[in-house]
Amino acid sequence: MGLQAQELLMLEKKAHELRELCVDTVVWAGSGHIGGALSAMDIFTILYHKYMSVDPKNPNWEDRDRFILSKGHVGVGFAPVLADKGFFSKEDLKEYNHFGSNLGMHLDSRKVVGLDASTGSLGHGLPIALGTALAARVRNKTYMTYCLLGDGECDEGAVWEAAMAIAHYNVTNLVTFVDRNGLMMDGATEDVMSLEPFKDKWEAFGFHVIEVEGHDFNQLADAIDYAHDHHEKPVVIIARTVKGCGIDFIENNYRWHYGGLDSEKIKLSKESLLRHYNKRVEGV
Amino acid sequence: MAGLTYTVFDTTDLSTAEVYGRTLKELGNKHQEVVGLSADLAKSTKIGVFAEAHPDRFFNMGIAEQNLFGVAAGMAKAGLIPFVSTFAIFTSMRGLDQVHTDICYQNANVKMIATHAGVSFGQAGSTHHCTEDLSIMRAMANCTVIVPADGMETANAVVAAYEKEGPVYIRINRGFDQKVFQNADYGFEIGKGIQMTDGTDITIIGCGSTVYQAIQAASILDQVDGIKARVINMHTIKPVDKEMILKALHETRRIVTVEDHNIIGGLGSAVSEVISESGKACAFMRLGIPDEFSVIGLHEDLMAHYQIDANGIVDNVRELMGRDFEEDEDWEDEV
Repeated sequence: MGLQAQELLMLEKKAHELRELCVDTVVWAGSGHIGGALSAMDIFTILYHKYMSVDPKNPNWEDRDRFILSKGHVGVGFAPVLADKGFFSKEDLKEYNHFGSNLGMHLDSRKVVGLDASTGSLGHGLPIALGTALAARVRNKTYMTYCLLGDGECDEGAVWEAAMAIAHYNVTNLVTFVDRNGLMMDGATEDVMSLEPFKDKWEAFGFHVIEVEGHDFNQLADAIDYAHDHHEKPVVIIARTVKGCGIDFIENNYRWHYGGLDSEKIKLSKESLLRHYNKRVEGV
Repeated sequence: MAGLTYTVFDTTDLSTAEVYGRTLKELGNKHQEVVGLSADLAKSTKIGVFAEAHPDRFFNMGIAEQNLFGVAAGMAKAGLIPFVSTFAIFTSMRGLDQVHTDICYQNANVKMIATHAGVSFGQAGSTHHCTEDLSIMRAMANCTVIVPADGMETANAVVAAYEKEGPVYIRINRGFDQKVFQNADYGFEIGKGIQMTDGTDITIIGCGSTVYQAIQAASILDQVDGIKARVINMHTIKPVDKEMILKALHETRRIVTVEDHNIIGGLGSAVSEVISESGKACAFMRLGIPDEFSVIGLHEDLMAHYQIDANGIVDNVRELMGRDFEEDEDWEDEV
């Protein structure tokens, strides 16, 4: 179907702003998981600015849609999304990682308004998401749960325990995303611990698998719409992404899984993000 | 308590876990937010009674404890009150990362009912004995740790856990426990020990299956030796009842702890922490599983082997009574 041009432009603009805010937050924090934050940013953006029903004025609203950030190490990219959405002040981002701040490397739901779960230890998010989704079933609620996994995170056995149970209970009010950027701490996922044939694994576990370009809002929207409309099987969206997406010297370099930016690199980052944005909106 | 309908007759006829299952079923009848979870141990842990009564609120996660506790955390975050039942060894170890991060760290309102604890699954061997869980769970911030003495107390503990917000770990045994309480209304309260017998010569502090043994031991000591032993049922290991320990310390000056658990980190450690911070001298002894992996056998045989049955307690109390702890001449570096 595809998005209307106006909506697409809105999402592109928002994603660009959030990428810039992520870079600023990395600078304020001193360092952060910038690579995985930027690969996931378009997924954050489309969920929080097109699909999810949340109310920053009533963050614990029972009927809100849930988002479980299983790849919890990218807090430095996700906190800006929540702040920008209005759950807390963007000024708070300036205190990121500072002594006594509510915002730290792995975000804590008891401290961060709008955050649905404390994550960071990998492999935990999908079971929690399954819990919130099953709770909707028990409580006759219609909210959706979305969960974002990192691809390296899929080495964890708990991911597959949850996958098995999601399929067993045919939990279709949960949409699972995998940020398939292909890189983890020590190198390429296929060098450290092979995931392929990744799609086949999910299918074998009972999922309907949709592979998309993870920075293409049209493809992401089509996949999410499909998940909303089909309930024969749970859906996993494997989003092929670029680690560090938008900053040329960071892109696709596993050494930028985590890092800090000096003044020269901040300048280069902002220039690269602008080029990236202009290219994406060209011709829309 | 929320109107429990248990009688002595029920708890005599039912294993401790069966009492738990029935209590949970009753809670589930009254409260729609109560859900049950297990990992292929619904029958063994007796949560199956709840599952039969409330099939839409029971979830078997298969043999997958990490997912089990993660799902429970998610459910709690969405307003349910999950009761998770599996063996103690799988709660406190196999799924511990999720228990730590998803449940305790987030202060999720999850109740962990850990069965087959201590050496109560004796013949299953050390892979299924659980003599470390109190030590582990006690170190989890936000977590309340309860070890009921019998079926009646288990029913009380389960209801109290429902009423208390936050993670609660309840440790029960496999099979039947000796009856300690005749009626449910003896005043169970989380964090408050129960004084079972009077006495000023020595205090025996037990939890779980050792409470009955301690009461028996006190009776023998009274009749044979004329030793008046105070017995305390310390059903809550965390928060431990400091006031009751300090009172016993002051009034008896001799304390023995007895537990179906490694002597490191459990009840004995909790009590010794209170004693050592008090600045008061005391003759003190911890009975339990020594720092080893426990041997195979029936629960009662293992309790005898590790001297945590009545006879073992009596022998150790006699030894402790013989110690002159106030004037130790051998302590050369005493200042």
